[in-house]
Amino acid sequence: MIRSQRWKGAAFTVPFQLGFVFLYLLPIGYAVYQSLYLEKQSGLGLGGATTEFVGLENYRNGLTDSAFMTSILRVVLFACVQIPFMLLISLVLALFLDAVTSKVAGRYRIMLLVPYMIPGVVAAIVWINLYSPEVGPLTPLGELFGFDWNFFAPSMVWPAIGNLLTWHGIGYNMVIIYSALQGVPRELFEAARLDGASELRIALSIKVPFVRGALVLTALLSIIQMLQIFNEPALFRNVTPQTVSDSFTPIMIIYNQAFNAANYHYAAALSVLLAVILGVASFLFYRLTSREAD
Amino acid sequence: MALTDNRKENGTETAAVPPRGRTVRRRTRPDPAARSRGGQRFVLLGLVLASVYSLFPVYWLIIAATKDRVGLYQSNGLWFSDFHLWDNLQQVFTYEDGIFLRWTANSFLYAGVGSLGGTLIALATGYGLARFDFPGRGVVFAAVVGSFLIPIALLTLPLYLMFSAIGLVDTPWAMLIPCLINPFSVYLAKVYTEATIPFELLEAARIDGAGELRIFVSIVLRMMTTGGATVFLLAFVNTWNAFFLPLTVLRGEENWTLNLGLYNWTGKRLESGVDLTSLVLTGALLSIVPMAVMMVAMRRYWRTGVTLGALK
Repeated sequence: MIRSQRWKGAAFTVPFQLGFVFLYLLPIGYAVYQSLYLEKQSGLGLGGATTEFVGLENYRNGLTDSAFMTSILRVVLFACVQIPFMLLISLVLALFLDAVTSKVAGRYRIMLLVPYMIPGVVAAIVWINLYSPEVGPLTPLGELFGFDWNFFAPSMVWPAIGNLLTWHGIGYNMVIIYSALQGVPRELFEAARLDGASELRIALSIKVPFVRGALVLTALLSIIQMLQIFNEPALFRNVTPQTVSDSFTPIMIIYNQAFNAANYHYAAALSVLLAVILGVASFLFYRLTSREAD
Repeated sequence: MALTDNRKENGTETAAVPPRGRTVRRRTRPDPAARSRGGQRFVLLGLVLASVYSLFPVYWLIIAATKDRVGLYQSNGLWFSDFHLWDNLQQVFTYEDGIFLRWTANSFLYAGVGSLGGTLIALATGYGLARFDFPGRGVVFAAVVGSFLIPIALLTLPLYLMFSAIGLVDTPWAMLIPCLINPFSVYLAKVYTEATIPFELLEAARIDGAGELRIFVSIVLRMMTTGGATVFLLAFVNTWNAFFLPLTVLRGEENWTLNLGLYNWTGKRLESGVDLTSLVLTGALLSIVPMAVMMVAMRRYWRTGVTLGALK
């Protein structure tokens, strides 16, 4: 390729590069910079606030902030339950779709993808109303079968949010796994059948190992999303504040520190910490899953 | 390899594993269709149950949107009572001088214009990354992929401060500008370029004397209609669904998106004692409609888009 041509090629990426600098790099740099400062009241607060360089103090406070650390632990524990559960259902449904004729599969795929078409906020609104003891049909339905469940009780809030996320996510994950399944060479199945393998055995021993990559990817995407969960608990809090505290998830704490406590410097430090935790978690997960594959 | 494992395990374990009725057939090895009839029934049952689970909330939402407040609180939630859909629609659209319409228009503006600009930038970038070997190309691509891991809060909070310093907070620009740069769109555009634009074609156009810009506009963009539509669709959905960014950068009601407006309506009851539940539900149903129409109309595109990220 001629030299000048290369530079013209580079020119196509210039708008993106500029935008990336201003909308990604600069904000991150600004957040890191802000996280090293702290607004301090001078004297008795009469002289107004001054901004002082405090080094890593905000980070130290963040790491020892029990509310922040609890919220991370809470979300991680929740992720360890909800994500495997959701992916297992998605995998089973993808295998089911793969086991029927493509015409039938197409029909069910559309129906199972309906939740994915619904915006997350709207999905949360709908489920919150389904859960609601006043307007939702689930409470009378539970009574019919002898359950006395209250989805707005603090102990039920994670199952309630978990169900909402699972409902919203299975279709999308199923489609990703299903399309990976389409890449399995069909001859393998025939050979296995001739060897007398049952359909279940084929699914477990050939299909599942084959879609491993898709499972790792969907799990990784889910982990990244889960550590940043905000919309669903925020909407729950909007309706039942007694169920969901304002420090329920890491992003809720960051948002409150920035906008309600006007403690922007601390919020910046917490968001940098969260980014580091997210990076480490993704890296560890990726390493763990790719080593097993060898 | 999986196959040999399978054969080995099969001899020892199948007795415990398969559903009833299959053992006999396996021994006689009939044609594939007959072999799995029991299994097919089980599979179909699973799919039906999953579909009921997926569709039930939508079904309930449709029914709830036809009820007035009394019906919502007192009638059977699973079936229609008095039909009040038109009253509800009228209330949604006239509440506070038709603020709902304003939010709808805003959502369309941010998602439509923002995604259009973002898609054009992404297509150019994807083309540049896929078909030119310039210094720093690896860095740009690494930035694209690396940014998938950046938490929204880390970007949104400093953006808020930067935007407020230059007076953009609480204006449509605060939503539109961030939409212009979408790393995932760039990633998709690169993948699509690699799949649809052959090097030879570009060479031929160059030999014919076409300039690089001309090649991009009249050949590449035209061949990338499908890829571009997918990128646009996914970006549109993304912006339409956005919540944290608008919550942060939009303060005044008149600039809100549908999501923000509905969020605000759900909180009204505790905030000021006004119960807007039936408005919220009707509004929620309305806000799904554009998504559903768009997804169904463009399903050819988003099917490939949803799965592409996984395959590459």
